[in-house]
Amino acid sequence: METSGYGPAAPDHLDATFAALADPTRRAILARLALGEASVTELAEPFAMSQPAISKHLKVLERAGLISRGRDAQRRPCRLEATPLAQAAEWLERYRRFWDASFQTLDALLDEMKTDAKKHEPTKL
Amino acid sequence: MNTAATLQVTTPSEREILMTRVFDAPRHLVFEAYTKPELLKRWLGVHNGWSLDVCEIDLRVGGTYRYVWRKQGGHEMGMRGVYLEVEPPERIVATEAFDQSWYPGEAVGTVVLTEQDGRTTLSLSVLYESREIRDAVLQSPMEEGVATGFDKLAEVVASLEAQR
Repeated sequence: METSGYGPAAPDHLDATFAALADPTRRAILARLALGEASVTELAEPFAMSQPAISKHLKVLERAGLISRGRDAQRRPCRLEATPLAQAAEWLERYRRFWDASFQTLDALLDEMKTDAKKHEPTKL
Repeated sequence: MNTAATLQVTTPSEREILMTRVFDAPRHLVFEAYTKPELLKRWLGVHNGWSLDVCEIDLRVGGTYRYVWRKQGGHEMGMRGVYLEVEPPERIVATEAFDQSWYPGEAVGTVVLTEQDGRTTLSLSVLYESREIRDAVLQSPMEEGVATGFDKLAEVVASLEAQR
């Protein structure tokens, strides 16, 4: 769907995606999973966090559709799901781009306004 | 100067996105460009083939504004809001809501202009009312700002792309 720069028509699940991404631990987990799938034990190691604490984060990520869990009952490896993440990144980038592009246009307009203001200014002695 | 003209994006509180940008112009001109329809039509969201076709502004407390952008092919996007505070040439507070809502509820936007040595710093903060969006984009503390969020996301997305 075609959208404008400001970013309407975000997918409905974007709220859940952003909620999941708002936490630094969860972003770190995603960064780790970008390197390849991992079990809860493997994920818990670098974070100095208990497995239940990590499991809670994983549940949030799974609900947001950002990861999926394997069927293997013992290990249940976690895998990154790319699509919602790419959509979230695109939305944020669009928001930033909208304002960046607008403000650059405004720079040019302000230059013009400054020149006009000078023309109409009474000559200073 | 390029460094000064960089758009800064931070999250000063959990419900807020703050953008700051320096302009090489006195603030009464920036205020004018921000509040006069014929000027706004020349810069706000007018890129990538979009034009700001409807721009109606009743600049007083309780007054409303209405913006509609259009692009060839029948694409349209509109937003509206009500002014809560109007203090030329330094401050405007207004609600904002999009026709096609992309976040739940309304947000409140605050524009503050400060001038120093003929240059103007514009800060634009958007305060989201809904818990969903607050929890979403804005939960992180200041040092974990939106920009950092972008960087992390960009890293993750880049590594995803590299995997393919």
